[in-house]
Amino acid sequence: MMSEGIMEHSDTAEQIIQCREVHKWFGTFHVLRGVDLTVRKGEVIVICGPSGSGKSTFIRCINRLEEHQKGTIVVDGIELTNDLRNIHAIQREIGMVFQQFNLFPHLKVIDNVTLAPIWVRRWSKDRAVKIAEQLLERVGIPEQAQKYPGQLSGGQQQRLAIARALAMQPKIMLFDEPTSALDPEMIKEVLDVMVELAKSGMTMIVVTHEMGFAKQVADRIYFFDDGNIVEYNTPEEFFLKPREDRTKKFLSQILTH
Amino acid sequence: MEPSDIPPPRVEVGVLGWLKKNLFSPWYNALLTIVALVFVVFVVRAVLRWALFSARWEVVTINIKVFMIGRYPASEAWRVIASLGIVLVLAALTWLFRKAKGRPIRRWLVLAWIASFPVIGILLRGFGEDNPFMPRVSAEVWSGLLLTLVLAIVGIVASFPIGVLMALGRRSRLPIIRVLCTIYIETIRGVPLISVLFMSQLMLPLFLPPQIRLATVMRALVGITLFSSAYTAENVRGGLAAVPRGQYEAAQAVGLNKALMMILIVLPQALRNVIPAIVGQFTALFKDTTLVVIVGLLELLGIGKAVTGQKQFIGLHQEVYFFVAVLFFICCYLMSYGSRRLEKKLGVGER
Repeated sequence: MMSEGIMEHSDTAEQIIQCREVHKWFGTFHVLRGVDLTVRKGEVIVICGPSGSGKSTFIRCINRLEEHQKGTIVVDGIELTNDLRNIHAIQREIGMVFQQFNLFPHLKVIDNVTLAPIWVRRWSKDRAVKIAEQLLERVGIPEQAQKYPGQLSGGQQQRLAIARALAMQPKIMLFDEPTSALDPEMIKEVLDVMVELAKSGMTMIVVTHEMGFAKQVADRIYFFDDGNIVEYNTPEEFFLKPREDRTKKFLSQILTH
Repeated sequence: MEPSDIPPPRVEVGVLGWLKKNLFSPWYNALLTIVALVFVVFVVRAVLRWALFSARWEVVTINIKVFMIGRYPASEAWRVIASLGIVLVLAALTWLFRKAKGRPIRRWLVLAWIASFPVIGILLRGFGEDNPFMPRVSAEVWSGLLLTLVLAIVGIVASFPIGVLMALGRRSRLPIIRVLCTIYIETIRGVPLISVLFMSQLMLPLFLPPQIRLATVMRALVGITLFSSAYTAENVRGGLAAVPRGQYEAAQAVGLNKALMMILIVLPQALRNVIPAIVGQFTALFKDTTLVVIVGLLELLGIGKAVTGQKQFIGLHQEVYFFVAVLFFICCYLMSYGSRRLEKKLGVGER
């Protein structure tokens, strides 16, 4: 009943990401083989699949860290082409969180967060600092503002990375295996922040194997293998009634250990 | 966990303990210590005996002005002192406001440092031939420590940005820029500084319109800058290569364009990594300025040689060269001390 309501609302909501027949090659290796995926505003999408299946490459194409070679990607009405203006416009609207955090080690925690708003959005320093402080509060590390990233724990670093991405007030957040590099006891603190973000209505695409997270907040789960989507479904259906053999095999591998 | 009942092992304490641990155990270290001690005492005693009793330091004291400013006219020496004063005042202010990061005063200081270059240049060179206040002092007569410092400081300050640009150019995705930068860097690095100095003396006038005649000092400066920038470029390239790919990706992902990504994210990390290498190279450049003697310029070492040529000071090479060496050592040591301080300051919070 509840889930139907959400689906119905999603159907009428604006399509914010449209990927059609996206292909990419690394040299002669065909990584993405015609991926079709549409995300509506406010949806949380989880992508899973074996390593090398192209899932990271796919989300990196959405904000142009990788270039797709065939097909179209349209983000918030702007098509990703070689036009630098389009690329920058799209990169400003998309926040990204990396597996290895990729924080700026030479800048203090607060400066990591305020850098892009000040230089890209041209906010005043006062305004940027005020919003950065709110964001650090939101991800639970307000007392770390004057430290350097290297002085934080892994979980704190990843939460800082989330705050840094949110500072640009993006419409979409991409997460590329955000918990894979973390010690087990720190995974929850990062997932808690992501769950809160999902519930606040942010559009999210999350590459992860955290199936608890997927069950809790995902609108749909996509299973990638061999450079394409094998199947997708709501979390309930996906875990209870996977249709494809490859999906069943993958689920049995990640859920039984 | 309960605190353990076992006390930590006793370490030998006090001066004697330290001596025994570090200098006299085992027996062969004791032997080395004694041999080294005898050698040090011998050398220091000999140097002191010479410096205090037999050296004739009047060759230095009488000629001190010559060492400092060489053939710069004595009546205009106040201009050199004023220049030194400007630098010292700026340095003192910079030190005073070293904690005022981000305050407007810091921006003013940066501007003042930049402005100090043309100001000092005009001060040293003066205006027209018959200007009553500051008559022209041709760059041809600049010499002594003054000339050494001008060559080194201008060479360093000018070659640094050129070197950084060359390093970026060599990593550019545009083949033309990459090839041009690579050719420049490899050519300059493949020839000795002496030949670059000769070339800049002889070739520069060919490239310039005939009405512009550059002084020998200026031509030497161009040569030194070209030479040093190629080495800076290679050092910076090493630093750029050490910045992880993730930093570029993160910078792009937060929406920075290429220029901002380089200025705000990549270069600060790359340059921090290569401070020791670059300061080492600048120290070498400082000492290499002695080579301008071959194009007829009398920097500190050349002036020293000229001093020993005076009739009343014939044969006093030891005193003069010792003094020149001490001056060089002080300058170079200050540079490497500054580099260590800078490294420490910028290293906060890294890994």
